[in-house]
Amino acid sequence: MKLARDTWLIFQRQLHLLLRNPVWVFVGVFQPVMYLLLFAPLLKPALGAATQAEAYKIFVPGLLVLLAIFGGLFQGFGLIAELRAGVIERSRVTPVSRLALLLGRSLRDVVSLMAQAVIITLLALLFDLRVFIGDLLLAYLMLALIALMTSAVSYGVALKVKSEDALAPLMNTVAQPVLLLSGILLPLAFAPGWLQGVAKWNPFSWAVDGTRALFNGDIGNDRVWQGLTIIAILAAAGVYWAARQFARSVR
Amino acid sequence: MIETRGLRKSFRSRAGRETKTVEAVRGVDLDVPAGEIFGFLGPNGAGKTTTLRMLATLIEPDGGQATIAGADLLKDPGEVRRRIGYVAQGGSTWDESTGREELVLQARMYGIGKAEAQRRAARALEAFQLTEFADRKCKTYSGGQRRRVEIALGIIHEPKIVFLDEPTTGLDPQSRAHMWDEIRRLRTDGMTVFITTHYLDEADALCDRIAIMDHGEVVAEGTPADLKREISGDVVQVGLDATATGEAEKLLDGEEYVNRLELLDEGGLRLFVDEGATAIPRILRRIDSAGLDLKSIELHRPSLDDVFLTKTGRSLRES
Repeated sequence: MKLARDTWLIFQRQLHLLLRNPVWVFVGVFQPVMYLLLFAPLLKPALGAATQAEAYKIFVPGLLVLLAIFGGLFQGFGLIAELRAGVIERSRVTPVSRLALLLGRSLRDVVSLMAQAVIITLLALLFDLRVFIGDLLLAYLMLALIALMTSAVSYGVALKVKSEDALAPLMNTVAQPVLLLSGILLPLAFAPGWLQGVAKWNPFSWAVDGTRALFNGDIGNDRVWQGLTIIAILAAAGVYWAARQFARSVR
Repeated sequence: MIETRGLRKSFRSRAGRETKTVEAVRGVDLDVPAGEIFGFLGPNGAGKTTTLRMLATLIEPDGGQATIAGADLLKDPGEVRRRIGYVAQGGSTWDESTGREELVLQARMYGIGKAEAQRRAARALEAFQLTEFADRKCKTYSGGQRRRVEIALGIIHEPKIVFLDEPTTGLDPQSRAHMWDEIRRLRTDGMTVFITTHYLDEADALCDRIAIMDHGEVVAEGTPADLKREISGDVVQVGLDATATGEAEKLLDGEEYVNRLELLDEGGLRLFVDEGATAIPRILRRIDSAGLDLKSIELHRPSLDDVFLTKTGRSLRES
């Protein structure tokens, strides 16, 4: 119970600070909206989709996964600022749960991602995207798990490298192949065999396939439970590893 | 209140391909009784902060034992955390939070309920004369105000001991004097205060007892008065320009009334003598007869800096 209480405490604090500066909503939503408005219209002819709605069914899930991955991976920057200000050290001399220090922050990131995902989904509805609500909620669960994992990993790495100068290139180097190998922008169905083979080893490609299946109303597709399971396991591992970084000595 | 035996810590540092083990703290024994302001002195890199961070449960010792406020540091760091407060050197407040929010959060991280946390925050703000700024963001605070919030954060859970790492570094003289009063008030409230500092005047004025650390070991411990008494006699400081300094050193080094002689960075000499009143005329005669140009001459009782110099072979000011 102490864990739940401490997590709630840290979550409240982080959310409160986030809401104090609501510019993040616009910044966070601006890029995906640009993709939605300026890139998605190319897809109907490019993918050979019958309707605009069909193209959006392929593109919007990918875009949301992209948002979850990147939104999470770059959270570490905020933590480095907190490290520098001495806030983390101040927390570490109290008996507060180390896991809560991580979870409170990561859950804040999940909530802020969810807000962005809802905005994107609502906008896509204007472009005739139609998703069954049950499928959509399951897709959001997938996104939440992705964001939980990437933000936890980002915090863990931030605690290890302790500098923005090291974190930025590291995260970009990881994010780019992950992005290209997950079929986010275009489905990997178009990829040559070797590329599909490599992509199989990218857990995010399973997540993207699963999310697309859900947006397509195909809840029985194996990729749905496979993607959810893979991401859930990775999220648990990421949280465990990052919480250990909070418990260990940090300079 | 604090008792350590043989507390050790070494770090591995990598220089190129070689890994070197640096023994930052090599066996520290300390006994700090309750209700004291205990000063921990030493040059940068002496192992002060490492020792402090070990005592505050932030880094794990490699060996040794320590009991802090009755709890075993190695076996039960969680209990130590509940009983101590720690105020870091580099600050600990978040720019975008208000002082009140920080205090409430800190109390709640110690497991205190919401209503009680708010009461304590209000009380702390008043005690540290911060009520007026309580609901402004920390980034708007002056250095002194911010430091006061940080001290208040360190004691919001009413610990038995509070560790303050260089609490007055970077403060202007007025805030510094103000901070000394705050620290004395903590002692009056029954807390044991453990501070590190590299200001010797601060240690002298504020601390009941001090320990001097150098190269990872405690080289002296006692009350400031006792430590100064250990260096018997007086100190005569002779101001000379650079060229005259060398010659004066040759003249005075062999004199039987000079116990010790140190060169000053800015030119001139510091002489440790048994009795200043009889030594000064003789020093003056020697300098005068050699035709050297004397700029100044001062007589003073040994300071903590002199203690430091005798114990470590260098001045704290230059390290």
